[in-house]
Parts: sequence; structure tokens; C-alpha cells
Amino acid sequence: MRWIWIDKFEKFETGVQAVAIKNVSLAEEYLHDHVPGFPVMPASLLIEGMAQTAGILVGAARNFKEKVILAKISNASFTRLVRPGEQIVYTAKIANVNETGASIEGVVTVRTLTGGGTRGEEVPVGTIEMMFSHIDQNMAGLKFPDFNFVFNSQFMELFETYRREFVINI
Amino acid sequence: MPMTQEEVYAKIKEVLTTALAVDEEEVTPEARLSADLGAESIDYLDITFQLEKTFGIKIPKGELIPENLFSNKDFVSNGKVTAAGITELKSRMPFADLSKFEADPDINKFRDIFTVDTLVRYVLTKVN
Repeated sequence: MRWIWIDKFEKFETGVQAVAIKNVSLAEEYLHDHVPGFPVMPASLLIEGMAQTAGILVGAARNFKEKVILAKISNASFTRLVRPGEQIVYTAKIANVNETGASIEGVVTVRTLTGGGTRGEEVPVGTIEMMFSHIDQNMAGLKFPDFNFVFNSQFMELFETYRREFVINI
Repeated sequence: MPMTQEEVYAKIKEVLTTALAVDEEEVTPEARLSADLGAESIDYLDITFQLEKTFGIKIPKGELIPENLFSNKDFVSNGKVTAAGITELKSRMPFADLSKFEADPDINKFRDIFTVDTLVRYVLTKVN
């Protein structure tokens, strides 16, 4: 089973930006364990969701030929909690990309579905800046297997699912 | 108008305090990016991107940090950079002060060449 933290892409401009969503459901076990009695999406998983959105965006920029690895979280700050019943929106923009890697500017918002604000309102949650390495181009000259263990066949199947669910061609 | 060394240094200081999460006082001209400021390899990419943005310059791969140098047997022998290697380094890094490294060209000390001052000198060659 793959560790999947995004449900769907809403926008995908190769080499530019991607917008992905995740629906937060009380059926998900981690919500009960993070703060018992007060279900809330852990910030670490918000970062993981952004890393997946951005990692796929960075991978697509080089046609999934590179092994794209999250290498640095330069900044992550959150001003609002994410609760069950809300829909997270991850917007990842490529700030820089070259042979060695890429830097990303990410914005997290939620669409509130019930209570709190107006139904469907989109409110800010936080910002995340992160960096990805194309690890075969690493400065230390370390060698990795030829096989692309990041964008493997299992990933490409998942990506096909995203493509099918997505109204615009990726 | 050309930028002065002080102006470049001040901006590089800002870049490094952000990229490496270090205090401003730690960023002295002689501070080594890896040994003193804790830079890891991904940080060099981060710094490269930030220098490009801050100074509006383009840093081609291999220009600031030479590549494929130490896999060449003419340039390295018994863990030390040879005289030919030093000559090659000087031609590829005309902006760097290699005198210390030349005195003890241990390959493991190569990264010590990258001090804050080395970055300042490099950027000065690009902006002016």
C-alpha cells in the first residue's frame, strides 16, 4: 500500500504549479490519536500532503526521469487548525528548478464544509517552503540504483488514476 | 552603478541567516559554510537559488562549485589534490582564495574553500 495524502488534483500546470485537495474524514484513524478527544489534522501530515503535491509537480517537470526526494523544509508555519469535514487545498508553485533540484512555495488553505464560516468558504491555514533533490545529481557524487524507486510502476498507476479523475490533461 | 563588497556581504548575510537558520553574528567573512555554519549539500542548492534571486544573476551548474574534478586521476592522488588539480581549480574558481587549501590539499578539506567571503567574491564577479 502506498502512503497517499492527496485525493485529487484540481489544477496541474507542468513546470509551474499544481493544486491538489484532500478531504479530511473522521473515519481516518490518525485524527483520533493525535490529540485524543480533539480530532485535528497533524501539521506533519499537512507537510506530507504538500510534499506529495509538490513532489509530483517537480517529477513531472522532468517527465518523471529524475528521482525526486524531499530534501529540506525551509519553512512551515500554520495559523489555523484543520478539522474533520474540511477539505484541504494544497497549492504548490515551483520557485526554482534546475538539474540538481527544485524549490517550492506552497500555500495551504481549507474549504469549510460545515459550521464556523460560510459553507464553502476558503480560508488560509499556512505556508510551506520546501526543497527537492534530484538525487542522481547530488553534489557528493553518491550513486543510487538505476531503477527509479520514487516514480516506480506503482506510482505511475496512481498517477494514471489522478489523470483519469482530472478534467484537464496532465 | 557597481555594487560594493559591503553591499554584497550584507545581502549574503541575509541569505545565509535564512537558508541555514544561523544567527547573524555567526556569518563572518571567514566562516566556512559547512564546517562552521552547518550547511549540508541541499543547502548549497538553496543558497544558489537565493543568490540568483537576490542578485538577479544566473549561476550555471559547476560554476560556483566545480564538478567532476576529483574523479579525474590526474587531479587527485592518495586523497590529496595534485599540482595539476590545483591549477585546474584555480582556473575554474578564479574568485576563490585557494592559498590555505594549496598548503594542505586534503580532498576532505575541499569544502572549507567555501567561506562566506568566497561567496562574496563570486557574486562580485557576477554583478559587476
